[in-house]
Order: sequence, then structure tokens, then C-alpha cells
Amino acid sequence: MKVELTVNGKDMTADVEDRTLLVHFLRDVADLTATNIGCDTTSCGACTVLLDGESVKSCTVLAAQADGRTVTTLEGLAGDDGTMHPVQQAFHEEHGLQCGYCTPGMVMAIASLLKENPSPTEAQVRQGLEGNICRCTGYHNIVKAALAAAEASK
Amino acid sequence: MSILGTRVIRTEDPRLLTSGGVYVDDLREPELAGAVRATFVRSTIAHALITGIDASAALEAPGVVAVLTVADMTDIPAPPPAPEPSPDDPPSEGPVPLGGVWSEPLLAVDRVRYVGEPVAIVLTDSTYQGEDAAELVSVDYEPLPAVPSIEAALAGDTLLNPDAGTNVCVKGGGDLSDDSIFDGCEVVVEGDIVNQRVAALPMEGRATAAVWKDGKLTVWTSTQNAQLSRLILTAVGLPPDAIRVVAPDVGGGFGAKIGVDREQILIAWAAKHTGRAVRWVETRNENLMGMTQGRAQLHHIKLGGDREGHIKAYRLDVVQDSGGYSRMGGFLPMLTNLMAPGVYDIPAVQAAYKAVVTNGTPIAAYRGAGRPEAAATIERVVDWYAAEAGLDPVVVRKLNFIKPEQFPFVTKTGAPYDTGDYEAALDKVLEAAGYDQLRAEQKRRIEAGETKLLGLGLASYVEITAADGAAGETAKVEVHDDGTATVYTGSSAHGQGHHTAYAMIVTQELGIPMEKIEVIHGDTDLIPDGVGTYASRSLQLGGSAVHNAAIEVKDEAGKKAAELFEAAEADVELYTDTGVWRIKGDPDKSLSWSQVATAADGGLIVANVRFTADRPTFPFGSQLSVVEVDVETGKVTLLRHVTADDAGPVLNPLLFEGQRHGGIAQGAAQALVEEILYDADGNPLTATLMDYGAITAAELPSFELLTSETPTTVNPLGVKGIGEAGTIGATPAVHNAVIDAVKHLGVRHIDMPTTPERVWTAIQKASAQ
Amino acid sequence: MIPPSFTYARATTVDEALALAAEHGEDAKYLAGGQSLLPLMKLRFAAPTVLIDLGRVTELSYIRDEGTYVAIGGMTRHHEVAHSELLAADIPLLAATAEAVGDPQIRHRGTIGGSVAHADAAADLPATLLALDATFVVKGPDGTRSVPAAEFFKGIFETALEPGELLTEIQVPKPAKPSAWSFQKFNKRAIDFAMVGVAVQGGSVALINMGSTPLRASAVESALASGASIADAAQLAADGTNAGTDIHASKAYREHLARVLTRRALEEAAARP
Repeated sequence: MKVELTVNGKDMTADVEDRTLLVHFLRDVADLTATNIGCDTTSCGACTVLLDGESVKSCTVLAAQADGRTVTTLEGLAGDDGTMHPVQQAFHEEHGLQCGYCTPGMVMAIASLLKENPSPTEAQVRQGLEGNICRCTGYHNIVKAALAAAEASK
Repeated sequence: MSILGTRVIRTEDPRLLTSGGVYVDDLREPELAGAVRATFVRSTIAHALITGIDASAALEAPGVVAVLTVADMTDIPAPPPAPEPSPDDPPSEGPVPLGGVWSEPLLAVDRVRYVGEPVAIVLTDSTYQGEDAAELVSVDYEPLPAVPSIEAALAGDTLLNPDAGTNVCVKGGGDLSDDSIFDGCEVVVEGDIVNQRVAALPMEGRATAAVWKDGKLTVWTSTQNAQLSRLILTAVGLPPDAIRVVAPDVGGGFGAKIGVDREQILIAWAAKHTGRAVRWVETRNENLMGMTQGRAQLHHIKLGGDREGHIKAYRLDVVQDSGGYSRMGGFLPMLTNLMAPGVYDIPAVQAAYKAVVTNGTPIAAYRGAGRPEAAATIERVVDWYAAEAGLDPVVVRKLNFIKPEQFPFVTKTGAPYDTGDYEAALDKVLEAAGYDQLRAEQKRRIEAGETKLLGLGLASYVEITAADGAAGETAKVEVHDDGTATVYTGSSAHGQGHHTAYAMIVTQELGIPMEKIEVIHGDTDLIPDGVGTYASRSLQLGGSAVHNAAIEVKDEAGKKAAELFEAAEADVELYTDTGVWRIKGDPDKSLSWSQVATAADGGLIVANVRFTADRPTFPFGSQLSVVEVDVETGKVTLLRHVTADDAGPVLNPLLFEGQRHGGIAQGAAQALVEEILYDADGNPLTATLMDYGAITAAELPSFELLTSETPTTVNPLGVKGIGEAGTIGATPAVHNAVIDAVKHLGVRHIDMPTTPERVWTAIQKASAQ
Repeated sequence: MIPPSFTYARATTVDEALALAAEHGEDAKYLAGGQSLLPLMKLRFAAPTVLIDLGRVTELSYIRDEGTYVAIGGMTRHHEVAHSELLAADIPLLAATAEAVGDPQIRHRGTIGGSVAHADAAADLPATLLALDATFVVKGPDGTRSVPAAEFFKGIFETALEPGELLTEIQVPKPAKPSAWSFQKFNKRAIDFAMVGVAVQGGSVALINMGSTPLRASAVESALASGASIADAAQLAADGTNAGTDIHASKAYREHLARVLTRRALEEAAARP
């Protein structure tokens, strides 16, 4: 079937199998490989992107469900002039990533979190990240980065 | 102004944060265009004979290019024969892997020994087609009784390798029969401690892509060492120089991606066999069944001491579950034995081990690889002994620590500790945590009859890093005629930030700014000789190699600068603050690196170094964990975690702390929530991330890190390794905290993970007595 | 990891959805938020050959004040339910329960209708809706009917929905004292399903994961109604339940948890001003 999505501001149309998962559309059709797949049970959050501005796990959304909608991935988060989004910048300054595999999903989840709650407490950040698994950082600096990004965005 | 020791944010980040890392599945190399996708057909039964494979239906499915089975593997040389063991005398220690009757095939041959063992490979045009087609491959099994546990393996009713005559594949260590070491001990603690099987769980699973073209096999693989991978890949029947291995960005390893394993060799073979480029990216379910797992040891311990807290004797008997195939022989439990006494000067120590095969996923290195098991047990037993003797665990630890003046200290098990100050680390942590106030609050809650009680857990640990220091590490440092530098390292970062760290070392020595330094790793065409990243070895070995290579470059450059200045070498100096060569006392004359390099032969100054260490190093520390246990439900909440870790001088506090944070989380996770489980038939019960309890941010607090820096003399940087230390100390600290919370009820031990039901059950049992 | 092939069909109205279901019969399943169905399909535990996407049926997305009750459209996402000012004021138990479902990403997609129709015994919303005596409005080829929550959940993943029927609206009566609520979700990790859970609204107590469906703790409710203390009534929480044993918990432990959590829930509900 034909699906039309706006991904990182660009309109895309493609003919895909009905069962195509949004994450595979993004990675294989849109050729945006920053979004990673980390599990098969909607548990790890590595595939998190924004669908119409809200964080979703793109492995558990059909491309067909996103037809006509807007998707933002990590690659679309920075400004057109390359200026990093406050969350990206905070991850850099606070050493919020090590191997980088969970990072795109983590960054998008936090971007959405801060949009809905611009001044979260540490507990709210930790609760809000219960669906994003990281194996390298122990979350300490990820949480720090989220709070720093919130502060920087005031 | 030294850059070493300062907080430098990572040069790796901007790319990872904006366009994302490029992991195997992201590679868009032209050679991989049109690559087929590989999907493995895996055993659904833990122990069985394979009586037939029928791929006919699969071959008809859309997009199927080939279905490969062991029958197709005639173009692969047989592995070299190894001596046959005798059932009465399993090899002591043994090579790694053991070989012979314990060998592991690539595709299963006549039988399977764990659920998830690869049986066939389906090659399709697309991933989606692969999963569909793999379902259509029909494998006939004749089930055999399962050996789902260490106990079943030892009982020996069913043998995984009938020709071996036993399930015990390795035995080693000392004699445990002399009980006289416990004579006169006023307090004796004896029991079984389980160090449960856990998953390595890097966020990127295993992934490999391969191309066979013009007599060369190129393999991109998610590995911790490209050079070792290349060596292993010669198994496909090619010499090393016909193989190129590239490690792209690697999404975590934790020891489970050392080299390449059977599926990855198979992918390389499939590319050679079919002439098609092949790419394989495992699913998480495959990963939780097929990637090697960690720990899985059963310990029988006995510890004796007096009423004042002096430990007199310690016995540790280790049984290592190897899973369906012994990949590491006795290596892991041998290290457990080596580190058995931990930070204590114990007069009599007995340690021995055996390894068995069971119908589970093979076990291999996982963050700490044999050492966490030693620390987890000695620290648990010390607390247990303290509780029995009615003593504060702090008192018992301090009484028995190896003292600073005793270093270098060789333990009764033969471990040569270099430097350490265990009491200082413990005091640091006690003070920062407010130990006395915490004990007072713990007491208050008990006396007030509150149901949410505090538990304080201590762990003082020492760990062995760069155990294979003799293998060393390589570095090539080049300064180019444009004044930029390139570092080629045999290290293989998968999140550790080596590019930043090694660039800092070069900046420190050569004064070339960080942004002009490129660090390259993981490509055997560019770096044919290297060892890799594991065992917390990289900074001390790889960093020292970079350091020494940079100094050689400086010396070479100094000679050239002197030539250009027409001055004596002794009168020339490098002003590292601005990266400029000058004549001492003459600020008007200077040469840039670019000028010096341009004048050198070939416009390049280069040094190639292999650094080896004659001994391992021993980082150490103390960790204190504060938990809250809800005694009505058994639920444990980790409130605080305070650590003092010492791995020598800290090169970059940011990277140093990051490794500790990650280590603590994995250590706490083993104590609290993680466990790989099988049912009585060997079927995996935790093969998805819904069932396997990977820890999240919601279960953890922010950590409190203190640092001390006790250098080693083993390498020029004075550094030890921190990669695994956090994990080694965290598991027993958290574990001890849980039991500490309920010891007043009579609880002396609870096996990990301390799930709510386990804690609650322990409370009920103790209260009933 | 990949669902088996299926045909995707899209509805923009309830009538379209019903027509598509009638057309494809037993091969078809409705796709609401997909946060329960898609994971099952990806593991190949479910393999419908037709999916009828309800994502554009905007007429099913609403939270309306109907005086004595609040009407919620079946396609209303958990995030909306959790953040509804109306529910925060009039039925805070429901808002709190929706906030407890999964994680933020799942809550942006998952729907209240989907959760109820899926009927996982370990799910949060079905138990709360049972405690609140909700009524489910079901539309099918033969017309519309209302099913009380007490009659809706039949077994694991089994409800009173007949083939082709669509859960269009959840009607939740406004409790007499909205603040007398508590939601206790016990798990090992925040992201886990409830090992056992308890939803309390006034004297109504419902249990999560103590049987193949959400259950009212009727023994507890009767005891409370006859004047028993919270402590005494809570002791009866496991009566009439049929908890399972799995890798997370044994039956006996679940029964113990039910008693403890029921007591805590009742105490918390009673303590709110």
C-alpha cells in the first residue's frame, strides 16, 4: 500500500507492505538509520520517535498508521543551521551517552517529556524514562542531561 | 597546563547525537548493496537428536535465495583434533575453548544442546521474508532428557556428550579436604550461595555483514576486537591476510562480543559459500537465547573466625555452569578462585572449581568475568559472619583488610596485588554516606515498629584488570605535514570514549589540539595487529601504548626540529601549551608541527609501539548501598549508593564516572532484578525484555561517587582499569543491604536476585523459627 | 519481530468500521492503539489477516461530562484520560489508573477501548473500570447494547464482545466521593505489569491479576458494608480469587499481596480529605 509521511519536514511517499513497521519505514525507506531497534516486545524504547510531536515506540506503530502524519527522528531534531536541540546539547555536556545505541530513542523520549512537563523533578524524569533501557550509562548522566536541558530551556 | 585529569566532553558525541551511530545494520557500504538477509532457524528444544531437516517448503517461499544446513558445509575445513579426555580425570584448567569432545559446531550437527542453538540459515532478499521463510523450515527432533541445572549436570543421569563419560568438562584449583583449617574457629558460617545466570544484554545485539569478492572476505561485525575476530574467522578456510574485519560503531559488548561466535563465523562462511553479500542482525529474542550469558556459578562456602571478628579460614568451592558448550573452559572459575579472598588477609584459604555443561545458553565473559562472583561471595560471607558473631560489618572488614604496608601482597590464592588502601576507601564511603546516622535511623525504624526498614550494605572489593598484560596493546601515532595527527589503536571502543581519552594523551605529550587529532580503531586493514577492549585493559595498555608512541614521535620530531633550527637537540623544546617547537630561551624562533613533519621523511613522523605489562593491576574500592525494604511485601527500593573507587590517576573524570555509573547499575541489577530462568525441560522463561528484568532509570537513584587515586607502577600512566570495578563492588553492596534490613528478624542469607517474594519468604521463614 | 502478512483497512467512522468487520468476518481484528495487539502479532502469537485501523475514527475520541457519569470514547488515548481535568476532578481514580499504564510512549498510542477489549488480566484499566461499575457501550451489526463491567470480562483475553462488535463508549458513573480512591500497582520494576494490583473507590474494591479476569473483592466489600474495620475486611481479599503462579510470583504470595495492598488502598482512600 501507499503511505505518505512527513519525516523531519520532508514529504515522503512510498509503496510498502501493509505490515511494515514505522521503524523499518524510517530506517529502510527514508534511510534514516539513527533510530535503532533494541528489542521485540516494545520494552526498550530505542526506537522512540515523535509522531505528531508525541513520543511513540516506532516498532509498535505501523507505517500505515502514520500515513498522513508528521514524524521527527533524531536526525531532524537539530536546527537547520546545525544547532543542537537543548536535549542533544545537554547529552553532550553531561556525558549522557556511551555506545550511543539507546541514545536516539532516549533523546526523543526526553524531548517529548520536557515538552509536556518543562520543569520535571528528578523522580518525574526517572519515571518518564521507565520505557527506555540503557545498558552503558546507569542512567545517572541521562537524568542529569534531561534536567540540564530543562534548565537551559527556561 | 595538563589536560590529563580534566573533564573533557567527548569528541565521539556530535556525530552520535545528530546523525546517529553507524552500527552493522546501518552500514550502507556499496559492497553491501543487494546483500541478502540471514535468518537463523534455531532449536526450539533444549536437548535432542536432530533426525531430519526439511527445507522444501521454505525454498518455495518468496524471496528465498538459499537455505543452508550442515550438509552444505563441505567447503569448510574440520577443526583440528584435540586430545580426548577421560571421564575420571577431566582436564585441569584446560585450554580455552577446550576442544575435542567438548567442541562446539558451527551449525548443529547431530544434536542440539540449548534452545536457540542454530540449526540452519535462511537467506532472503529482505528481513521480512526471512522470518516468514524460517518458520517453514521443518526440523525433526528426537527429544533427550534435559539437563537444566548444575545439580542435574552433576548427578550425571544424562550426559550432553556421551563420549566424554561425564558432564564435568574441567576441574581445577586446590585441595578442599583438609577441614583442620577451621579447628578452633568460634564462629563458622557454611552454606551455598548462588551467583545467578544473567544476560549480557548490550542494547545492540549481535550483528555481522560479510562480502566475498576478488579473493578477499570483508566482514563488518559488532565486536570488541577486530584482530581476534579475524583470527577466529580463519575457520572458514582462509588465511588471515585474505580476511578484513571492520568493527563499525558497536552498541555495547560487556564481554559478550569478544571476537566472533558461531553465528558470525557462519555469516562469513555463507558469504563465501554463496558469493552473495550477507547481513545478519539478531532479534532480542535470539539475543536472549543465543548470545553468551554471564555468571551462573554455584558456590559452597565455609568461613571460620573468632568472636572478635578475625577471619581464620575460608573455603570456596565453585561449580561453573558452562551452558550447552564450554566456550571458556575453566577460565572464569579459575579467576573466581584467584580472587576468592578479596581484600582480606586470611591465613588459610582453600579454593577449587569445576565446570559442567548443561542444556542452557553457553556462558562466557560478562562484565567482570569471574571476579564479580568472587567478590559477591566473600563480601556476602563476611557480612554473614559478622551477623552471626553480632559484630558490625565495618569492624570485621577493618580487622581483616590487607594493610597498606603489606603491599605488594600476594594472596594465598596467588594473586599479586600491586597497591591499595582498602581502609581509606571504606572510611571515605562511611563518612560521605553518614554511616552512623544511617545506623541510628535503621535502629529507630525497627524500634518504632515501622514496616519500611533501612538496610545498609557494604562491599570492599579488589579486582584484577589487564590480566593479560603480557599480550599488551598496539598504537601507531602519526603527525602529518599539515600538523594533524592520527592515532591507530588496537583498542576497540564500544562506548568507552577511547577516542577522547587517547586524543587527550596525544595532546598532553605533543601539544597538538584535540580537534586536530583523529583516532582510528577496529579495521584490520589499517591496524593488523591489536588485542582489543575487555578486561578493563584499554587505558592502561592501549593508553600506555599511545603515550609511549607519542613520546617516540616527540623524540623524532625533536631531532628534526634541532636539525631545522641548526641547534643541539638538548637546546630544543616542545612548548605543549601551543604545540610549537622552540629553542630554549629564544622565543623568536619557532617551528610548527606542520613545518617539522613536512621536513621529515615522507612528510610524516610516525611511531609504532606495542606496550606490554609484566603484571596485572588491582583497582579497589568500597561501596555502600542504602535500601528500604517493605517488610510487608518484601519489595526493595534502592535509596542511595555511595562508592569510593580507586583505579589510579583519573585521566578524564567524565569517562571515569560514566564507567562507574554503568557498572553500578549492572551490579545492582544482578542483586535486585535480573535472572535468566529455564523450566525443567530447559525451555527459556526469560527470553524477551518483558520477562527478563533489565533495570531502568525508575529503579535507580543517582549515585554518589568519591574518588581516590592510588597509582600503580606497572605502566607509565600509573593507571588501572575501571570498566568492571563498579559492577564488582555494586552487586555485593546492594545484596548485603537487603539482608542487613532484615537480619534482626533472623535472616542470614537470601539468594540473588532479591525479588519481593524471595525477601518476603525469607522473612516468613526466619520469623517462624 | 515481524508480524505475518495482513491486509490493512482503514475506517474513518464507526459505521465504516462495522461494515469492514462484517465484510471480512473472523479474519479481521480491530486495531486501536496497537500497543497490545501489535506486540502479539510481532511475536506471531496472533495472526489476523485483516486489520481494521480505527485510528482515524475521530468520533470515538472524547471525554464528555454527562452529568451523573462521564462518557469516554473507545479511541481516547491513555494520555488524554490521564490528563483530563474533568476526570481529575470527578473520577481521579480513572485518571490515576491511565497514568499508570505502561510508559509515556505507550500512553500516547494506547486507548481505553483497546485496553478493555484486549482484557489482559494483568492490565490496569479493566480492574478500575470494574471498581467504578462502568458500563461499556457496544455497537455491532445488530445494533447497540450496553454491558456492565461486571458482565464484560469473561476470561483471559476474552470478553462479551461478539465477532465484529466494536466498543464505542465507556460510561463511568461519577462516584459520590471522588477523593475516596486508591490505586495500588505492585511490581518488581516500574515498567512491569502488576504482579497484583488493587483499585479502590469508596467501598468498591477490584483486583488485578488475581484470576483470569479483573475481580471484585466481594468478601472485602461485604465485610466493609457490615461495619468491619479496614484491617479485618482486607484479610478477605484473596477469597474467591484464583491467582496464578509464574516466574514473577507464586499463588500464595499473590494472595498475601492482595491482602496487604487492599488494606493499604482502603487506608489511603479513607485518608484523603
